[in-house]
Amino acid sequence: MSDFRRAALALITRDLGLSLTRGGGPLLAVGFYLTLMAMIPLSLGPDQAVLSRIAAGLTWLCLALSSLLSLERLFERDYEDAVFDTLRLGPLPLELIALLKVLSQWLGTGVILSLMTPVVMIILGAPASLALMGLVSACLGSLSFALIGGIGASLALGSRKGGVLMALLVLPFYVPPVIFGAGLMQATQTGASPAQALAFLGAYALFALALGPIAMGAALRGALS
Amino acid sequence: MGVSLKVRELSLKKGYNLLIHNLNFDLLPGQAISLTGENGVGKTTLLRTLAGFLTPHTGTIRAYENDVQLESEIWQSRKVHFLGHHDALSPSRTVLQELRFQADFLGGDLGGDLAGIGTLRLDTLLDLETRHLSAGQKRRLSCARLLMAKRPLWLLDEPMAPLDVDHRALLGSLMQAHLADGGMIIAAVHDALPFNTQALRLERPTMQDREAACV
Repeated sequence: MSDFRRAALALITRDLGLSLTRGGGPLLAVGFYLTLMAMIPLSLGPDQAVLSRIAAGLTWLCLALSSLLSLERLFERDYEDAVFDTLRLGPLPLELIALLKVLSQWLGTGVILSLMTPVVMIILGAPASLALMGLVSACLGSLSFALIGGIGASLALGSRKGGVLMALLVLPFYVPPVIFGAGLMQATQTGASPAQALAFLGAYALFALALGPIAMGAALRGALS
Repeated sequence: MGVSLKVRELSLKKGYNLLIHNLNFDLLPGQAISLTGENGVGKTTLLRTLAGFLTPHTGTIRAYENDVQLESEIWQSRKVHFLGHHDALSPSRTVLQELRFQADFLGGDLGGDLAGIGTLRLDTLLDLETRHLSAGQKRRLSCARLLMAKRPLWLLDEPMAPLDVDHRALLGSLMQAHLADGGMIIAAVHDALPFNTQALRLERPTMQDREAACV
């Protein structure tokens, strides 16, 4: 059992380190997120009333798109470097390896994007009272994005130019968190109870957490044989 | 260690193409097999199948420890080392980081690891990122995991290819020490290994066998 824990810890440390350092790390996704945000008032005009109404919804859209960016690196590098040959000879099953890699990636980029979400929302004109709910919901949402994205990344593994394929596979499944998340923001803004939307958002994250490892394990097994 | 391997009537396919037909061999503790054959005949595929990465088309691969058959999960996670012609290193990580990770992940011993660093002459490379290493240095780094985590079967895919003369001799002696310790080695090679091995030459299956396998 201690072998198991030692290997899991080693994998998390390695992947977290890699997601924070390689290829610009979280800076790439954060830069993309901020750029998208900066383009919104430029394209819609600076009308404060319009912006404050749509700020929360648009932030969710930007979060979903920024979460796509780091997906291609999730399994592709280790696949090309043949690191999976070593990973498969360790004590962890492929499902757990995939889950740990996704969680490390989420800690390395998703959580950082989530931390920026309240700031982005408020800059766009959403009321400051949304900040806390914005942070909580963005954490749940980015976790769903990471897990669903992991399924897409594992399915596209080994196909040339898998990036576009992955975006097409994954984006439809990003719709529910975007709906629930934006709905949650709207409910909070209008003073309605946020419980329902928050429950749906949490349920989707748990659904992805339960289904993700099984799907990723099967897809990786296919890609690696 | 007392682990042995029995391969019976093994056939391997890559896509629709039959690569290996009806292969049988036994491997006992202390024995080594050198696997030869022309390019593309299926040496790497055979090694990957023995490591459990690929499923055989037909036939069985059974491993025994003290006459008790081992489960395939135990086999894959505790008894086999696979060294492919890719070195399985992340280019942006340092030699020391990679050594630590492999030792932790494969259940290796860091005390033994330090000995491995000395034996494989990695001590001057520890702070370098692996992308700066030469092919031979990368191979020596990959070999470190053979020494860090003790496992009975080493599956080596052209282990000597990028190494210089001195390090070929060094790896040869490490392999002999492993065999003397009761280990087993299956190595795909083009030049003979510097010690006694069983030779296993892979041949392409006949046209009839290939057609029969397509049905």
